[in-house]
Amino acid sequence: MHKEYLTVSNIVGPLVIVEKIADVKYNELVEIEDSRGRLRRGTVLEVSTDQAVVQVFEGTVGLDIDKSRVRFLGRSQQLPVSEEIIGRVFDGSGRPRDNGPQIIARKRLDINGSPINPDARDYPSEFIQTGISSIDGMNPLVRGQKLPIFSGSGLPHPRIAAQIARQAKVLGKEEKFAVVFAAMGITFEEANFFIEDFRNTGALERAVLFLNLANEPAIERIATPRLALTCAEYLAFELDMHVLVILVDMTFYAEALREISAARKEIPGRRGYPGYLYTDLATMYERAGRIKGKKGSITMIPILTMPEDDKTHPIPDLTGYITEGQVILSRELHRKGIYPPIDVLPSLSRLKDKGIGAGKTREDHADVLNQLFACYARGKEARELALILGEAALSDLDRLYLKFADLFETEFVRQGEFEARTIEQTIELGWKLMRQLPKKELKRIRPEYLEKYYSPA
Amino acid sequence: MRQGKIIRVAGPLVVAAECLGAKMYDMVRVGHLGLIGEIIELNNDRAYIQVYEDTTGVGPGEPVVLTEKPLSVELGPGILGSIYDGIQRPLDVIRARHGDFVSRGIEVPALDRERRWPFEPVKKVGDRVLAGDIIGYVQETPLIQHRIMTPENGDGEIIEIKEGEFQVEEVVCRIKKDSGEIKELNLFQVWPVRKQRPVKERLMPFEPLITGQRILDTLFPLAKGGTACVPGPFGSGKTVVQHQLAKWSDAQIIVYVACGERGNEVADLLLSFPELKDPNTGRPLLERTVIIANTSNMPVAAREASIYTGMTIAEYFRDMGYSVALMADSSSRWAEALREIGGRMEEMPGDEGYPAYLASRLAEFYERAGKVVCSGSEERIGALSVIGAVSPPGGDLSDPVVQATLKVVKVFWALDDRLANMRHFPAINWLQSYSLYRDSLKKYLAEKVAEDFVELSQEAMKLLELEAELQEIARLIGLESLSYKERLILETARSIREDFLHQNAFHPQDTYTSMRKQYLMLRTILHFHHRANEALEAGKEFNDIISLEVRDRISKMKYLPEEEETLLQVEKEVDASFKTL
Ligand SMILES: Nc1ncnc2c1ncn2[C@@H]1O[C@H](COP(=O)(O)OP(=O)(O)O)[C@@H](O)[C@H]1O
Ligand SMILES: [Mg+2]
Repeated sequence: MHKEYLTVSNIVGPLVIVEKIADVKYNELVEIEDSRGRLRRGTVLEVSTDQAVVQVFEGTVGLDIDKSRVRFLGRSQQLPVSEEIIGRVFDGSGRPRDNGPQIIARKRLDINGSPINPDARDYPSEFIQTGISSIDGMNPLVRGQKLPIFSGSGLPHPRIAAQIARQAKVLGKEEKFAVVFAAMGITFEEANFFIEDFRNTGALERAVLFLNLANEPAIERIATPRLALTCAEYLAFELDMHVLVILVDMTFYAEALREISAARKEIPGRRGYPGYLYTDLATMYERAGRIKGKKGSITMIPILTMPEDDKTHPIPDLTGYITEGQVILSRELHRKGIYPPIDVLPSLSRLKDKGIGAGKTREDHADVLNQLFACYARGKEARELALILGEAALSDLDRLYLKFADLFETEFVRQGEFEARTIEQTIELGWKLMRQLPKKELKRIRPEYLEKYYSPA
Repeated sequence: MRQGKIIRVAGPLVVAAECLGAKMYDMVRVGHLGLIGEIIELNNDRAYIQVYEDTTGVGPGEPVVLTEKPLSVELGPGILGSIYDGIQRPLDVIRARHGDFVSRGIEVPALDRERRWPFEPVKKVGDRVLAGDIIGYVQETPLIQHRIMTPENGDGEIIEIKEGEFQVEEVVCRIKKDSGEIKELNLFQVWPVRKQRPVKERLMPFEPLITGQRILDTLFPLAKGGTACVPGPFGSGKTVVQHQLAKWSDAQIIVYVACGERGNEVADLLLSFPELKDPNTGRPLLERTVIIANTSNMPVAAREASIYTGMTIAEYFRDMGYSVALMADSSSRWAEALREIGGRMEEMPGDEGYPAYLASRLAEFYERAGKVVCSGSEERIGALSVIGAVSPPGGDLSDPVVQATLKVVKVFWALDDRLANMRHFPAINWLQSYSLYRDSLKKYLAEKVAEDFVELSQEAMKLLELEAELQEIARLIGLESLSYKERLILETARSIREDFLHQNAFHPQDTYTSMRKQYLMLRTILHFHHRANEALEAGKEFNDIISLEVRDRISKMKYLPEEEETLLQVEKEVDASFKTL
């Protein structure tokens, strides 16, 4: 058995300090039994010859100094996995919450994972058709990409994420796939929305859920996404499945991390978040990808709500620095009643270039995309100018661009929540809008494609 | 070997006692796993160690083995085409031996010990050599000849030199020093990464590093041996600029340090480099490239070391007399690693929590760039250009890393979110950016590109500045308030921006433009401008001028092949079309 310590000297926020210890290791899993026999878990954040700082997942409410019993388990936190994990629902610490049995472990995996050797990575290049024009046409997603949604409170990110999960497919392929869903700090209603949607489409049977809801311990959220990603790695790289991971809401995750950092009295970085937030997020986001010689893949859609809709807030900012692009939602479009309110200009897919084009989507896709961006940007500029000086002050050409921007929002971006457009339809829609403009304005399109596609078929 | 004992573990920082006699920046092996670490502070018998691998499972009481050697790199044949982690462990070898995920405590030499290299001596018995002299060659890749140099303290007389195929550890040459001591040379040297390699003399840069990127070469050129930084928010194009330089710049050796950024960006390099061909020799670009990859999910302390590992390798090739370019993407991640370790040591933080020595470390780093006379008795000239990406939070240029970098580098390529959102790439803001080399490169550009090249680029710059002023007026009181000459300036500036500065890195033709073509493109655009001005003076209709079909031709020049005749043709068409007015 493991040695037991009754030497807690300090309890600060989510942290417990244990004294007079021996043979304790950094990042080791800890079990704490309170005076009523209830067990909690934690990990060692820092250890010196006679003292360990332990972060308690379930929080420290009800713990006391003299009766808490602490055991160091000699290993880091693990997730038991087997094929049986598919279709199951767990809490934020990985315990079943669906009244099902414990998973009989085929393997126990360290939830922190190990970095993928950069030399082992296969470059993601398979186009995923989500059926959403503002994504497929403008910021295409590929298998193995990590593409977050930057949202704001009250914006319809759950509906968009669910629509992607429902409609996403790789053209011309039927392969084993799974959804891994991790909820951190979201409400029961929001979580339930996803679960019902997965149930209705039959995806639930191929999903694994890890739920830490708003009323559940905040510190547990540190482990939740790691459990989900460990599960995803198992499904993708050992069972050859194509896994879509949805992490929602990364903002609450980062707040939990901030709480721990504050309790440790670390020097805070921007807005009180710890200086290592970037590294911490990266060790999770970088678990998405493809590996040479492996069939499966991990595609990741982390969702976060930007505090005050501010993209420069540390959480979206650092996320954007790590992920392979971002889909940004706009409150302005939402107010105009446009669903999905995707703001295409600041949105970006960094991996699109090898995922689109002849044989993948369509030969003219890259040019169309570049041209639509340029035209919409110019149209929005014209709209701003018209606001200041009145529409009459615009040149004829700028008026055309203004009209283009309006149509782009109402016809291209706007679509039904259950409308799945093919990539062909999306590109054609782009051409339909571009025909509003004189041919010679379309400078980003190669002459041969202009010849071929500008005049309506 | 001597041992200390761990007394504290806090993430990447380990403190050990009983280390009296250890030296700053010595390497150590930490714990039972033998993790690699480096001493970064000493206090009595305590050593503060940054550990280059994840410290999970390491605890007090475990040993710390003192190697009594500083963190060093191996410099010899086999570096080119390699991909290393931040402390020069070959990631391809690690993958072959240990699988797709990086595990811990791995020890693999940087240079392949088995491989045999053909060594061709150029010195003979009896020759006197100085440190830095070339004693022979190894044709490392078809593209690059590896020049084997005498190491530091290698002065003396050659008493033996061999020819043939050797492994890197085999002795190929023996030197008798004046003291009588015999020095044996094999094919590689070991050099501590934090120590600058010596040079004989530093020179002023005068030759541009040609990148094929129009806005860089024409408006904000970098010199061979110069320094540049590329700051910008995420998604503004830092990495694409760095990749473009790695692919197309006319340096002979590229050292690419992927420091704390994305794994897939490294995969992208590894995928594209073997396919991309050197425009001059037709050989795969990988043959002149070294990649140091310590991605964001890899241990943070090794990220701190990675830029020094890259820099030392770059200096070594510079010492051979090559023109080397080093890209670091991103220096901010290096600074954050410094901050993270500093924070764990409970140092007094400076600005934004960065350690107070941030600025001096950055300055030291960029000072290792330069155009130099290499050490040795031969008058070899080498150049080391350094380009650092900077990733300020929220794109805010008041960030301490940006500010400290701007104080030392001579070229500033300011990336602009707004341009990136409009997909105007490279999203380099032409009003904010600058190059302090413009004057020193003038002569070279006039001689090698065209007499009027610098004037044209200055005129283009002037028009862009005027455009900004005129746009401001138009925004306030409307376009109608401008004269036709002013409106022509707006039209030409737009043409400079869209037809010249805008350059698509992913278009096969557009991705690279020779200096000659850059010159002809700009000359044609400005020629149109001058002709249009004359036409206005001659009373021609503004709308007729700007509707000339030839403008469409100008806008497509970027897609034309690199053929003198074809390019000159457009200028002739400009003249012809003005005749039709
Ligand atoms: N010169 C360019 N041509 C075409 N696209 C570009 C260019 N520069 C940047 N981009 C686009 O912008 C995206 C982001 O660029 P990147 O260099 O990764 O940004 P950063 O490193 O600043 O985050 C790229 O994925 C690409 O789509
Ligand atoms: Mg980048």
